[in-house]
Amino acid sequence: MSELFIFFEQIYRILFLLVPVLVSVAMIVWLDRRVWAFVQKRRGPNVVGPFGLFQTLADALKYIFKEIIIPASSNKVIFILAPIVTMTLALISWAVIPFSETFVLADINVGILYLFAVSSLGVYGIIMGGWASNSKYPFLGAIRSAAQMVSYEVSIGVIIINVLLCVGSLNLSDIVLAQKDLWFVIPLFPMFIIFFISALAETNRPPFDLPEAEAELVAGYQTEYSGMMYAMFWLGEYANILLMCAMGSILFLGGWLSPIDLFPFNVIPAPIWLILKILFLFILFALIKAIVPRYRYDQLMKLGWKIFLPFSLIYVVLTASFLMYFDLLPGN
Amino acid sequence: MSLIRFFKTIFMIDFLTGLIMAIKEIFKPKKTINYPFEKGSISPRARGEHALRRYPNGEERCIACKLCEAVCPAQAITIESSEREDGSRKTTRYDIDMLKCIYCGLCEQSCPVDAIVQGPNFEFATETREELYYNKEKLLENGDRWENILAANINADSSHR
Repeated sequence: MSELFIFFEQIYRILFLLVPVLVSVAMIVWLDRRVWAFVQKRRGPNVVGPFGLFQTLADALKYIFKEIIIPASSNKVIFILAPIVTMTLALISWAVIPFSETFVLADINVGILYLFAVSSLGVYGIIMGGWASNSKYPFLGAIRSAAQMVSYEVSIGVIIINVLLCVGSLNLSDIVLAQKDLWFVIPLFPMFIIFFISALAETNRPPFDLPEAEAELVAGYQTEYSGMMYAMFWLGEYANILLMCAMGSILFLGGWLSPIDLFPFNVIPAPIWLILKILFLFILFALIKAIVPRYRYDQLMKLGWKIFLPFSLIYVVLTASFLMYFDLLPGN
Repeated sequence: MSLIRFFKTIFMIDFLTGLIMAIKEIFKPKKTINYPFEKGSISPRARGEHALRRYPNGEERCIACKLCEAVCPAQAITIESSEREDGSRKTTRYDIDMLKCIYCGLCEQSCPVDAIVQGPNFEFATETREELYYNKEKLLENGDRWENILAANINADSSHR
């Protein structure tokens, strides 16, 4: 009896996290389109619901009723599996994100490693989709995507090492609490910038949206997908963007901590602060989508391997030497 | 020079300028309209849905000269005519295939009696193809419905003809 109780309690807790995440993914798609439209002096979706807030739900409903077309020459099992993998991997990472000191689904002490591992696995959904389609554009898109995501993963890994040097723990709650006095965005500002740009590349957002460069590759790995399977790729992509924003706010912007420990700020509940920080980063994502042209493929690789990687490696050495010299290493 | 370029790249000056400009653009008035709820202005010369007009006494203007049929580049117009009891030549059939029509306005220009005209209505989408094969009855009905606007438009454009 008690095992059953624990089982249902866990299910309830998971739903309590996943349903808000899925709803906010829908809202964030709307926000993205809206910001993009506003920069271009358009109105954007504003008909369905108040300010067009339910536009994404209407779109999702449309996708559900669309026919799913599976190409005859595709590898059907992997073809169907690919969007499921993308969606699942985008959602399971949310388990370790701390929304407040107590509100975290799985407070594991290698949280950041788990987050990093799962977001690295995200490339599998894209490769599977591109390869199983058995068509040239999805395949080219998948190859590009694999190379791009692997390259930028490296610099994100090195950036995370920078943060970990200052914290001395892999637990995400510890990382947030270590920023109680000073957010890491101030001492590690160049790393924050590089993290942000790498996050753009990692989630295939403009200016690094080469895997789905519509001028060359139709829609990249999504070309052969239709109906709900396409929608799952699409929702997974936005869930990933949201996750990257959450990771950025936890690593650099102090997670659920309020900016100043003063009266009007410290009464606002902790999850609200995290949500505000995620929103801030996401609006930056959306603005960048509106203003930048797409990188050429060799420029992308050059930026990743020749500039970001050496720079973040040098910064690791600098951070480590600084902490060592002033005897600020955590744990001492 | 290249040093300035280097610092511009390092501090992302160009990018930040673009970002600030984008943020400024957000608060400027929108250039687009809420289409189904508000509509843009339409020129008197707009070439929309076709209509066959009548004289004020109710007589059809069309004299079945078939100039429009001859000039139509898409061959969307089909006309058959016969002599009426009073000796005047009138159409018995006047069909326009709105799916073939390219809305060039040559029929309107060629008409000697301003019978076939293109009105300002551009919202005549239908759910079946058959509904867009217009016959004489439908065109005359259009003419009756839009007559006020059509007459005003022809009047407004008359000095340029």
